[in-house]
Amino acid sequence: MSTVEAATRIPGRRRPALVASLFGLGALLALVVLLSIVVGTKGLPLGTVLDALLRFDPANPDHLIVRQLRVPRTVAGLLVGAALGLAGTVIQGVTRNPLADPGILGINAGAALCVVLGISVFGIASLSGYVWFGLAGAAIAAVLVYAVGSLGRGGATPLKLALAGAALTAALGSFTNAILLTDTVAFDQFRFWQVGALTGRDATIVAQGLPFLLAGVALALGLGRVLNGLSLGADVARAWGQNVVANRIVSAVAVVVLCGAATAMAGPIGFLGLTVPHIARMITGPDYRWILPYAMVLAPILLLVADVLGRIVARPAEVQAGIVTAVIGAPVFVALVRRRKLATL
Amino acid sequence: MTGPAVQVIARARGRETARVRVVSAGLALAVLGVFTAGIAYGDFTIGVPDLLGSLVGSAPGPVEFVVHRLRLPRALTGLLVGFAFGLAGAIFQRLLRNPLASPDVIGVTSGASAIAMLSILVLGATGAVVSFAALLGAVLAASVIYLLSWRGGISGYRLVLIGIGIGAALTSIVSFLLTRAGINEAARALVWLTGSLYGSSWERIVPLVAFLVVLVPAAFLVSRMLPGLQLGDDQARGLGLPVERARLGLLLTGVALAGVATASAGPVAFVAFVSGPIAARLVGGARAALLPSALVGALVTLTADFVAQHLFGGQQFPVGVVTGVVGAPYLLWLLAMTNRAGRGG
Repeated sequence: MSTVEAATRIPGRRRPALVASLFGLGALLALVVLLSIVVGTKGLPLGTVLDALLRFDPANPDHLIVRQLRVPRTVAGLLVGAALGLAGTVIQGVTRNPLADPGILGINAGAALCVVLGISVFGIASLSGYVWFGLAGAAIAAVLVYAVGSLGRGGATPLKLALAGAALTAALGSFTNAILLTDTVAFDQFRFWQVGALTGRDATIVAQGLPFLLAGVALALGLGRVLNGLSLGADVARAWGQNVVANRIVSAVAVVVLCGAATAMAGPIGFLGLTVPHIARMITGPDYRWILPYAMVLAPILLLVADVLGRIVARPAEVQAGIVTAVIGAPVFVALVRRRKLATL
Repeated sequence: MTGPAVQVIARARGRETARVRVVSAGLALAVLGVFTAGIAYGDFTIGVPDLLGSLVGSAPGPVEFVVHRLRLPRALTGLLVGFAFGLAGAIFQRLLRNPLASPDVIGVTSGASAIAMLSILVLGATGAVVSFAALLGAVLAASVIYLLSWRGGISGYRLVLIGIGIGAALTSIVSFLLTRAGINEAARALVWLTGSLYGSSWERIVPLVAFLVVLVPAAFLVSRMLPGLQLGDDQARGLGLPVERARLGLLLTGVALAGVATASAGPVAFVAFVSGPIAARLVGGARAALLPSALVGALVTLTADFVAQHLFGGQQFPVGVVTGVVGAPYLLWLLAMTNRAGRGG
């Protein structure tokens, strides 16, 4: 980022325009949600789908498909997407690093290791069983990273946090690999969790994750001012009268809750948390009070569209959402990065 | 500038150079030690006289075989690959001015992995074909990233963002291919993805050495532009540096080093990432010097391979399982210990 580009960065658009386009995106999201319920392996007419939603008949198998498979899966996509978009925004603001993604606090690596342990050591075979392992692993890893990153005189500086997170990811990844290399059965299950998918996410899993995700979303949405301060550097934040240490901890808690629960539900979907904040920033400019809600709406749009596309392209088989997100999302992201003057962190 | 000021600066620079020399010498000794241990120690332990004898060709037959056919090629591959990864990582991290921007993060290694996975899982390739595929993948991915980032010039920030976007897409293609293959092929592919020195032989060292003989001096030559580039593009241009050409030269060498190393041993996990930050903290400067980084890379790889072979009882692991366990905790410890301002970051 050169100084010239920094000087000419796009200014935040005016408030009414931002509110209007946020509502526009909300409408788009509603449309995508509907699409996700209507489109599926079994082609159901729109009327049947609406009947299933409004006048549910438990004896009708088509209604059961809609109610027990498609609705929970769509809700899962909505929650996971919103969570990852928010978590990515928060973590990039706190670490002041455009490369930081929710995985950077060691969260995905911690979740992955615990899921593998759950499968391999405890013999857990069901998704709703290892959701909890994922959440616990994410939390433990994040606490470790924060503890190491905050040792020493400077406290938890962004650079130390990012490096500690990446280093712990390396260490945990090694353990995960060691188990997978010696336990083919565990690897066989793990490789399907690892791609990141919404396939087969039922109401039980959604209900398990829901309280965590709602709490995390509420917490993250309130962090706008805090992130504005932190992203300008600890000194500026202090000059604004912010308690830097407390703010960093609160932000880290939000990321762990959001990302841990989302990763546990859908597996590690890497692309969203990394790129959605950049897309949101291109629309809104550098104010986190706007970036956060935009990221929260943009990410589920992307995830649900990816999930729907994954059901269509390989009928009757499915391509997992985590893969479509990255393959479709990458060109879009590249195009956006090329077109706009970049707003830096 | 007055005389005393020049002297102060000259003295400070002299101290830094001296420190780099001392650290490099220490690291080189450590590398030599682990290298020797790797050749001497094993199920068939070789004494120092025999070891020296075998190097000049006067040792008994079995020693000759074990040293020349088995252990020397493996140790040499580990040394060279680690050196190349460490050097490539430091070049990227310094050029892009971000400690997270190692070739594994910004898409180069993902390109190598994706094409190599295609060759293993779809074409059933082995050995040299996979190596060639990996090198091709690294170069292809890097070219695509560079061309997409070009917009009347390259901004480091844009390059990094496009790199992670492309990298994320390629990584999910790897995950996807893993879910589509049979479990046995997937397990074989996982060994390659982890990074191993299993396939080391003289036939495969020859091309590696041939590449490195050109690339390593080239890297040290072009890296003399780094201090200028790190001032930012405008300042560097002001100093009369050919900014775009210097950057292209550095990227090319970095990509080639990472690609050649990946072709020989697979994307050995995290060596490129951890070497730079470790070296930076050993030297005590704000940024990693190239030679110490490369030596740290070699040391981490050789130590990891020694651990992987001997410290798990009967179980042998590919080297990539252990590089994270060896390098990452050390980096975490260094992060925790560096509490002087300007060192911890």
